[in-house]
Amino acid sequence: MSPRQKRLAMVAGLITALTVALALVLNAFQSNLVFFFTPSQVANGEAPQGKSFRIGGLVVPGSLQRETDGLKLQFAVTDQAKTVQVHFQGILPDLFKEGAGVVAQGMMQADGRFMAKEVLAKHDENYMPPEAAEALKKAGHPVGAPQQFQKAPTKP
Amino acid sequence: MTAELGHLALALAMLCGICLAVFPSLGVWRRDARLMAMATPAAYWQLLLVLLAFVCLIENFINHDFSIQLVASHSNRDLPFWYRVAASWGSHEGSMLLWILMLAAWTAALAALSGHLPQAMRARVLAVLGAVSIGFYLFALLTSNPFERVVPAPINGRDLNPLLQDPGMVFHPPLLYMGYVGFSVAFAFAIAGLIEGRFDSAWARWVRPWTNVAWGFLSLGICLGSFWAYYELGWGGWWFWDPVENASFMPWLTGTALIHSLAVTEKRGNFRSWTVLLAILSFSLSLLGTFLVRSGVLTSVHAFATDPTRGVFILMFLCIVIGGSLSLYAARAHSVQASQAYSLLSRESILLANNILMVVAMFAVLLGTLYPLILDSLDMGKISVGPPYFDAVFVPLMLPALFLMAVGPLSRWRDTPVLPLAQRMRWAFAASLVIALLLPLTADSDYKPMTALGLLMAFWVAGGVAMAAFENMKTPSGAVDLSRLALQPGSWWGMQLAHLGVAAFVLGVTLVNSYEIEIEKKLSPGDVLKIEEGLSLRYAETTARQGPNYEAIQVRFELIRDQKVVGELRPEKRRYKASNMVMTEAGIKRSVLGDLYISLGEAVDGGWVTRIQKKPAVNWIWIGVVMIGFGGFWAAADARYRRRRVNSLRASPSDASSKIGKVSG
Repeated sequence: MSPRQKRLAMVAGLITALTVALALVLNAFQSNLVFFFTPSQVANGEAPQGKSFRIGGLVVPGSLQRETDGLKLQFAVTDQAKTVQVHFQGILPDLFKEGAGVVAQGMMQADGRFMAKEVLAKHDENYMPPEAAEALKKAGHPVGAPQQFQKAPTKP
Repeated sequence: MTAELGHLALALAMLCGICLAVFPSLGVWRRDARLMAMATPAAYWQLLLVLLAFVCLIENFINHDFSIQLVASHSNRDLPFWYRVAASWGSHEGSMLLWILMLAAWTAALAALSGHLPQAMRARVLAVLGAVSIGFYLFALLTSNPFERVVPAPINGRDLNPLLQDPGMVFHPPLLYMGYVGFSVAFAFAIAGLIEGRFDSAWARWVRPWTNVAWGFLSLGICLGSFWAYYELGWGGWWFWDPVENASFMPWLTGTALIHSLAVTEKRGNFRSWTVLLAILSFSLSLLGTFLVRSGVLTSVHAFATDPTRGVFILMFLCIVIGGSLSLYAARAHSVQASQAYSLLSRESILLANNILMVVAMFAVLLGTLYPLILDSLDMGKISVGPPYFDAVFVPLMLPALFLMAVGPLSRWRDTPVLPLAQRMRWAFAASLVIALLLPLTADSDYKPMTALGLLMAFWVAGGVAMAAFENMKTPSGAVDLSRLALQPGSWWGMQLAHLGVAAFVLGVTLVNSYEIEIEKKLSPGDVLKIEEGLSLRYAETTARQGPNYEAIQVRFELIRDQKVVGELRPEKRRYKASNMVMTEAGIKRSVLGDLYISLGEAVDGGWVTRIQKKPAVNWIWIGVVMIGFGGFWAAADARYRRRRVNSLRASPSDASSKIGKVSG
């Protein structure tokens, strides 16, 4: 091959490789996006069936129930307008608390129950998961602005 | 008083930073050696003053000065000594000061160790570092003053987030920042090179050790962060593709590409544009990481919008750095061009392919990290991109990279004929293939093709290292002489160590992903749980324990192998008094073969809901990354970087490559 052909082959190879890589990335991206829905949207049937999504809001006080094995449990998530029952099997995060914000990821079952594969509550007790805060705001019950860092004592 | 002293020292340090940026540049412009020489004292004084400011901040934490807002909100009277020290960088303001300290330290180190550089180049590099530091001083002094007072001072502080009360907090941020900030040196060299129009192999030889060291620190910092998350979060995972993790991983990916691209620039004079762009990109990603982690944009785009001063500042800084350096590149690109021909299969083309894979991987991470933020800020709905995306993208991108990794060091510059190369590597390939196919058969669980593929890659990379070592041991007469390895330069050893580290890492990841066992069960005192054949766990007792600033319930589990107690695990549930936060402390029994990992869930009538995980070979993940990091240091310690005077005529690319050609055989 002449140097010119070699360079052409090189460039063609590069472009092909990049295209393949890009297609791979975008395809994986497309199929792994997880959308967020508020309890009101779920109650209105806007959430997809058979596809994983996230739901967020406040845990309804007194709604946490465990079965005797301690692992299977359920609780209700509300945006103060509508409530969705969440079923989960496993260990809840340390910061899970009734009355506090929570985000759960999972799938809607045919009978209208939400089966969570993952329950998230973040590192800080003052911290409200952004999705949960959003859900409350949309339903017209906003909570204080979420803070990542603990607020310092206020100055006069 | 110390707080005011620290504040003053920080302001004076900024003055030094301005001097560092201005006088050496003036000196270059007016060809005044005295002005250029001012860079050295400015860099030293800057470090001294920043160090003073930092010591002041630590002093405030150690002595509980709750009239400092930062101390009041991140410390507490009961907080143990070393966590009070670490708390000084456990907050936004403190970590910015740490960043500045690291930058000052790198700058001073460069000033001290760059005597062999041409005077103008040295002055320019230090001036760029000074200019970068001004941005950070302004940021700290204008938007995040760590020494701000509170009136009236509270009696006690709010405590450090319990999650951060761990030895990991003492070491992880300084290491990580050493890496982040270290890329500023490569950046400064790139800018200085663009201004001067100089990118010969001498230039590459100046930058390489600095970049290798920064990259080594970043590797170790990420490693420690992963190790810390593993034992502290109680999930037993070692990487979560969390935006904060991604923020540190992206500069690592481009940094990896950069150190390889620099090798080509030094040895062959090629890839100059790549090198410059990667240096700019790595530092920009370090800044982007700071922006993501520090602006609050990850917590909530809307919270960021209501208090945008910090975020907007970093964003502007980012735009100036990226925009400015790219414009400079565009203007000076003609000075960068220089290329020597290389064939389709050569060490150059293999390194190029690996570089492209690293950069594509970085963009994939960037997309997954930023897209949800962009969508949210445009009010187009909330989405999240989880680990499945990153896994789906990463594995196929890294497979060819791993394959080429073993081939690269064995191939020749300029042109490598395929057949001899394949012949040299056939035994390494056959051996790794046999191990990969047979090893999974010895396990109890089902045969998974992905396990075999992972093992193949791990042993293939290790085989490449073994081949390189073997070929260098052979004497011309064909005998094998181990002592010949001692002739290899530090950069060779560093590369082989790092590549072997990658093999160890891949091995660890493959084994833990393939063979981990997870059991979630309620256990009560006296219960015995069978984990696998011949291995079980007995719930021995529950005890209460008082920590320095927390109270804990500890469960003691006995590990029983063939009716004999072989060890015990003590997971805890802690309640930190000051913040009233509950934390799970996992009980881990470590060994080279793998960990047993227990974390407590909730207490349910007399027992505990417990998660028990067996994690085979998990420690090889971190052992591997530590090898990678030290490989970077070893390569940087290569004797050829320490030669004091570099004759720029002698160091022309072709000359260097012929010299190296002999070394790498």
